[in-house]
Amino acid sequence: MCGTCGCSVNIKPGKRNASSVGTVRQYRNRQETDTETRRVRVEQDLLAENDALAAANRSEFTLRGILALNLVSSPGSGKTTLLVETIKALDGACPVAVIEGDQQTDYDAERIRATGVEAIQINTGKGCHLDAGMVGKAAQSLDLPDGAVLFIENVGNLVCPASFDLGEAAKVVVLSVTEGEDKPLKYPDMFRAARLMLLNKCDLLPYVQFDAERAEAFARQVNPHIEIIRLSAVQGTGMEHWLAWLMRERQQKSSCI
Amino acid sequence: MHELALAESVLHIVETTAKRESLISVQEVVLEIGELAAVEPEALQFCFGSVVLGTVAEGAQLRIVTKAGEGRCSDCNRTIWLKDRHLLCPQCGGAHIHLTGGDRMRVLEIAGK
Repeated sequence: MCGTCGCSVNIKPGKRNASSVGTVRQYRNRQETDTETRRVRVEQDLLAENDALAAANRSEFTLRGILALNLVSSPGSGKTTLLVETIKALDGACPVAVIEGDQQTDYDAERIRATGVEAIQINTGKGCHLDAGMVGKAAQSLDLPDGAVLFIENVGNLVCPASFDLGEAAKVVVLSVTEGEDKPLKYPDMFRAARLMLLNKCDLLPYVQFDAERAEAFARQVNPHIEIIRLSAVQGTGMEHWLAWLMRERQQKSSCI
Repeated sequence: MHELALAESVLHIVETTAKRESLISVQEVVLEIGELAAVEPEALQFCFGSVVLGTVAEGAQLRIVTKAGEGRCSDCNRTIWLKDRHLLCPQCGGAHIHLTGGDRMRVLEIAGK
């Protein structure tokens, strides 16, 4: 073995030939390449880009007195029906627009448009949540007047949308009585992230095994500050409390302009 | 469940850093995951292996280090370690805990040449 650099060429003491020099050079080159492996500190948050876009959305909404609400729930809780009935009940009291998020189809946006309100559908494809970039683009393409209420109906999923800030004023989680009352404990991140919980389909309470008190206690266990409203979007009971909450929030936003 | 989107975010950060640092290949990515970050490390490893194919980070090892959840109890004003988001304060039993750490994910460093 070479005594100078450790290469496999056996160099006789006092003699250097061309081939051995070449091998030594190759070894040195290799050694230099090896030392080129560098460690670079990054310390960058995975959600930093989304959070920056969300902050931009939020500041735009605030500046224009727009109340943006991010509606989240599992699939089938009745979010779209709730929105349709809410738009009907508002009856033009304030400008409303809707961003619909689903993996496929624009069925939900069509249901909203049938009420006469502008709606834009985002199809996330394989994606399981909306992100701030998608919402920013969609909001720009909507003709949103100042002081409007913007409902963002997220993809039906109680897990992922909890992690992605869209720039909304609040997350509103919809839980329906046809689901398990322990959902707040099973999916605590979502219930912790929400400011308001709407307990929907309460007209079905006499027919299902769902303890509403227990569901509310579970929600408060994971989020002591959560506000809760019981309602039935189909029958209309409790809708007045939800509309009053909406108007209160909207007033706060519009007074900031 | 959103590990694929997160793996893509990791790759985006790695690609941007590699370009800025003139790295032509990346061998290792060190990722810090908070224990309360709602992410499954095994699923993330799997997704990472797929999204890096054909990129500067193809074949790179994803090393995950965990960071414990940390909170502050506003009832007893103590800092506590959290294994779970909806635990009561182990010191005073209070429920008013504000999360102060361990719920985020960060790319700490990358190694490449």
